[in-house]
Amino acid sequence: MENKVIICKGLTKRFGDFIAVDKITFEVQKGEIFGFLGANGAGKTTAMRMLCGLSKPTSGEANIAGFDVYKETEKIKNNIGYMSQKFSLYDDLTVLENINFFAGIYGLSDAEIKSNSQSLIESLGIQDLADKRVGSLPLGWKQKLAFSTAIIHKPEIVFLDEPTGGVDPLTRRQFWDLIYEASSNGITIFVTTHYMDEAEYCDRVSIMVDGRVEALESPSNLKKQFNLGSMDEVFYHLAREAKRGE
Amino acid sequence: MKQFFTFINKEFLHVLRDRKTLLILFGMPVVQILIFGFALTNEVKNSKIVVVDYAKDVASKEIINKIEASRYFEIDQMLPGTNELEKAFETGKIKMAIVFPENFNSNLLHQNKAQIQIIADASDPNQATTLTNYASSIIADYQSEMNQLNLAPYRIQPQIKMLYNPQLKGAPNFVPGVMALILMLICVMMTAISIVKEKEMGTMEILLVSPFKPILVILSKAVPYLILSTINVASILLLSFFVLQLPIKGNLFLLFSESILFIITCLTLGIFISVKTDSMQTAMLLSLMGMLLPTLLFSGFMFPVENMPIPLQIFSNIVPAKWYYIIVKRIMIEGLGFASVWKETLILIGTTIFLLFISLKSFKIRMS
Repeated sequence: MENKVIICKGLTKRFGDFIAVDKITFEVQKGEIFGFLGANGAGKTTAMRMLCGLSKPTSGEANIAGFDVYKETEKIKNNIGYMSQKFSLYDDLTVLENINFFAGIYGLSDAEIKSNSQSLIESLGIQDLADKRVGSLPLGWKQKLAFSTAIIHKPEIVFLDEPTGGVDPLTRRQFWDLIYEASSNGITIFVTTHYMDEAEYCDRVSIMVDGRVEALESPSNLKKQFNLGSMDEVFYHLAREAKRGE
Repeated sequence: MKQFFTFINKEFLHVLRDRKTLLILFGMPVVQILIFGFALTNEVKNSKIVVVDYAKDVASKEIINKIEASRYFEIDQMLPGTNELEKAFETGKIKMAIVFPENFNSNLLHQNKAQIQIIADASDPNQATTLTNYASSIIADYQSEMNQLNLAPYRIQPQIKMLYNPQLKGAPNFVPGVMALILMLICVMMTAISIVKEKEMGTMEILLVSPFKPILVILSKAVPYLILSTINVASILLLSFFVLQLPIKGNLFLLFSESILFIITCLTLGIFISVKTDSMQTAMLLSLMGMLLPTLLFSGFMFPVENMPIPLQIFSNIVPAKWYYIIVKRIMIEGLGFASVWKETLILIGTTIFLLFISLKSFKIRMS
């Protein structure tokens, strides 16, 4: 129990007649890199929003970092980080101002803000960029910075919604190095992606089809289970059954 | 609370970084006041006038000569009758007409009083007032000259008629109008855009996932514009006082309090728009078409509302700027106190609370 930071039981979200998320059940261990896959419209984003406390489930249970998604959304918000597919730092603020702002709204003390932002800048090796506006940085840097900022308050879990959209393979690889590092520091990673090579990097992946979790295993076990050579084929095999379009 | 200040600090950085917008925000009131102020200059020279002289006697000739001799007027034409006056005014060249009735001199001699009609084109109210004042004083001059020679004093009564704009709207009234316009523009549009920008950039999501309260996101967006606008009110008042020599007759503190109230009304309007829209373009269009245009048309600042058709007059009541315009005019120009603006104040407070209530409500709905 202590090692499970996400517990989901029969979590459902309906919008009128439409069942966006249909009784999904899974658990995520502390420090795990959990890949949350699914075609567009499969219900990934809705599920993720419920786990972040942004939207109330219709039924089912979920417990995030030890807090209930119905009653303790405020506590959940204090213990998670989030980075979305849309790039999410302020272009007109400098690197340091962005870091300080996000650290500030998580209620960190001045001393914490100072030491955390210092170590962030050092670990990314961007001392000379600290006073540059974020808008002038290349996309790859922005994304790495956004990730580091999302975990500036040392959350239990960080939710990444297609974090590597639109960046080159090299930067993606570097981005994943950051993810590994965070995970080795005990931060649980919950990541959605469309890149199947990234799915291979995950400890376990779930594949959502039409609002349901159709598969949940480590990438190597999944390939064995379906007797297919790559995650790409596994995904295609499951996702083509989908009834819902985009 | 500390988080709140962190956020406000960030909002200030946004505002201050955007130099061009900042320049517009602070430059616009200055430019507007100057343009309006100097377009309405008081100095009038060689204005073209027409004269209709039904009397054609000594007194009328002498007055006409005096008017001709002054540097203010230039007689463009002597018209045979008042029927031609309208045509003359329609050319736009003629600013004023003087009409002497028949028997002008004999009325003066026998009844000791006579009348002169002065008709001015009041579509430029400031100029019209100035011209009629000059004409009246020339006539008064003549009258006092005559009276030195006579025991029974003559009285010439100029009857002044303002064409096109009988209430002489305009003149000092544009300052309250500019205030309403600028506050509307800055508060509504800038607030709406700055909130919608967060949505468009995707930063709103990050903020919503953070423990920072969504309501505070919105409030801290409004704070910088509240301060900016208050500075703008001060700069408009200073300019109109020192550059246009327009005194503030009423209580300055009351004027500022009412302005802050109106700023808050506008901010809630901006928040309302931002809750209802998802793109900066929509927010901008809505604030421009939905707010700025009605402010210009229906606040009574450019076009007299009293002359509009009844449905439009009724519609003008929902334009908050109209009430603010009335309040400022009463305090600043007429020098009245709170007793005469409490009704308008109440309307503004009511509008604000109503807007705040429905924006927060629809904001909550969107959240779930």
